[in-house]
Amino acid sequence: MRYPPAFVLKRLILLLMIVWTAATLNFFIPKLTPRNPLREKLLEDASRGGYIPPGFNEMVQGYEKKFGLDQPVWKQYLTYMGDMARFDLGYSISNFPKTVGELIGEAIPWTIGLLTVTTALAFLIGTLLGALIAWSRSPSWLNYLVAPLLTLSAIPFYLLALILIYFVAFQWKLLPLGGGYSFGIVPSFSAAFIFDVMKHAILPALSIILASTGGWAIGMRGMMVTVQGEDYMTFAEAKGLKPRRLFFRYAVRNALLPQVTGLALSLSFIVSGSVLVELVFGFPGIGTLLARSVGQLDYFLIYGIVFIIIVAIGVAMFIMDMIYPLLDPRISYE
Amino acid sequence: MDRLQGVLRYIRRNPALGAGIGILLFLILFSVIGSFITNPQDAYPLAAPASKPPSAEFIFGTDGQGRDLFAVAVAGTWLTIRIGLIAGVIGVTIGTVLGFTSAFYGGWFDIVVRWVVDVLLTVPGLLVLIVIASSLGDKAVDINGMALIIAMLAWMGPTRTIRSQVLSMRERPYVMMARLNGMSGLSIIFRELIPNLLPYLGASLVGSTNGAIFASIGLAALGLGPLRDPTLGVTIYWVMNQGAFVRGMWWWAAVPISIIVLIFVMLFLISAGLDELANPRVRRTV
Repeated sequence: MRYPPAFVLKRLILLLMIVWTAATLNFFIPKLTPRNPLREKLLEDASRGGYIPPGFNEMVQGYEKKFGLDQPVWKQYLTYMGDMARFDLGYSISNFPKTVGELIGEAIPWTIGLLTVTTALAFLIGTLLGALIAWSRSPSWLNYLVAPLLTLSAIPFYLLALILIYFVAFQWKLLPLGGGYSFGIVPSFSAAFIFDVMKHAILPALSIILASTGGWAIGMRGMMVTVQGEDYMTFAEAKGLKPRRLFFRYAVRNALLPQVTGLALSLSFIVSGSVLVELVFGFPGIGTLLARSVGQLDYFLIYGIVFIIIVAIGVAMFIMDMIYPLLDPRISYE
Repeated sequence: MDRLQGVLRYIRRNPALGAGIGILLFLILFSVIGSFITNPQDAYPLAAPASKPPSAEFIFGTDGQGRDLFAVAVAGTWLTIRIGLIAGVIGVTIGTVLGFTSAFYGGWFDIVVRWVVDVLLTVPGLLVLIVIASSLGDKAVDINGMALIIAMLAWMGPTRTIRSQVLSMRERPYVMMARLNGMSGLSIIFRELIPNLLPYLGASLVGSTNGAIFASIGLAALGLGPLRDPTLGVTIYWVMNQGAFVRGMWWWAAVPISIIVLIFVMLFLISAGLDELANPRVRRTV
C-alpha cells in the first residue's frame, strides 16, 4: 500500500500547522507593535484635507466590532481564527469597499500562470541540460556551460530581471518595459489581447527561467554522475541497450527523484523570488499587489496576501508529498 | 609557512573554495581601502551633483538624488555583508544549540523542535519578514535591528543540518571510545563532535548568511526597513522607484547589481567548497 494512513495523517497535520502558524503570526505580530493601521489611515486622510471615503467610519466601527477590540485577547484570537478558516480576509484599507479576497482573486491568476509555466519550463530544461552535461556520450563543449549556469543559479531572480529590462526592453526596445498588457487594450479573450499579454510576460518569465535553470542543471548533473557509476548502468550497457534507452530509462529516471524532492523544498524560495520579479516588472500579479499594499500601508491586504501565499505553498507541498511515492516505488512510508 | 603552503595546496585541489575566498578578500579590500578614500557623508543625498555618469571625479557616477555611487558602493557592501553576518552568526548559534540539545536529549523536545523547523522552513521567510517590517514601520528599526529581525528566521536550516549530523556522529566508534574512557558529555561535545562538525557549521553559516542577505535586499527593494542608510538593497529600491532606466542612468543600477552578484557568487562558491571539504568522497564526482 502506497499511502499508509499514518503518513497521510502526518502530512495533513503538517499542512494544518503551516496554515495555523501563518494565521497566528498574522494575528500576533501586528499586536506586538504600537501601530494602529486604521487610526493611521484616518489620520493620514484627515491631514490630507479631510476627505474620507464614504463608509470609512462604518468600516472602522465594523472592524473594531469585528475584532472585538474591547474583548480579551484570547477571544479576539478565536474570532480571527474563525474568519481565517472561512478565508474571510476582511476589507482592503486603500481600495475600500473592495475586500482583500476580491483583490487577491484579481491578481492570483497572473501569478499562477507565470509561476507554473516558468517553474515547469525551468525544471524541465535545467534537468535535461544537467543530465546531458553529465552524460559521458555528450559532446564535450557542454561542459563550458557549467560556469555560467553556476553563476546564474547564485543570482537572485530580480537582479536578472533588472538586467534584462535594461538591455531587452530599454536599450533594444524589443519588448515592453513592464505591466501585464498595454494601456488602452480591454482585457478579453481575443487573439490580440492574448498576444499582448504574452509579449508582456516574456521578460518576467525569462528572468525566472534563466535564474532557476542553473540550480536544476547543477543538481541533476551531480545526481547523474553518481547514477552513472552504479552497477546496473554497467550491466544495462553490457546487455547492449541503445544509448537513448540507457539515458532516459536508466540514468535520468533514477537521477530524477532527488530533483522532485528539491522542487518541493524550493517552492517557498521560488515564490519569494518571483514576488520581487513581479515588482520589478509591475506584472499585475500578487507580488506587485503586495508591494503596492506595503507602499499604501494597507495592512489587511498585506496580511491577507501573505496568508494566502503560505496556504498555497503548504497545499502544493502536500500534493507533492502525495505524488512522490508514485514516482519512486522504492519508498515505503511504513 | 608550512601550514600556509598546505592551505595553498589544498585550495589548488578545491578551486571553488579558493575562488570564493578570493572574491571575499577582494570585497573586504574594496570596502577597507574605499573607506579610507571616501567620505561616508558622500553616500547620502545632495552630497554631489545629481545624475552624473561615471567620470574621473565620480568614478561610479552619481545617482538621481546626488549620492556619490562610489561612496554608496563602499558603505553598502559593508552594511549588506554586516546584516548577513549578524543574522547568520545568530542563526547558526541558535541552530547549533537547538540541534545539539534536540539530538542528544531526544524525546518530546526533539519532536517539538523538528515540527517547528519543518513548519517554519515551509513558510517563506521573506513574507513573514514583510509582515514584521511593515508592522514596525520605517523609523522604528535601524540596520542592526533589521539584522536581528532577519535572524529570527535564520536558525531553522542550521538546526536541521546540525541535528542530523550530531545524530549520525554520536554513534561513531570514536565517540563510543571517548565515552568508555569516561569523558564527560560536555567535553565529548567540545573535543570530539565540534571539531568534526566545523565544515558543516561553516556551510550552515554561509547558508544562513546567504538567506539573510537575500531577505535584507528583498525587504529593502520593497521599500521596507530603514531606507535612509545606503545599503545595496536600498539602492536597488531607489533605482526602481526613481526610474533610473527610463532616465538612461545605467550606472545607477550597474553598481549595486554587480556588487550583489559578486556577493552571491562568492557565498555560493564558498559553500560549494566547504561541501567538498566536508564530503571529500563527492570531490571527484561533482
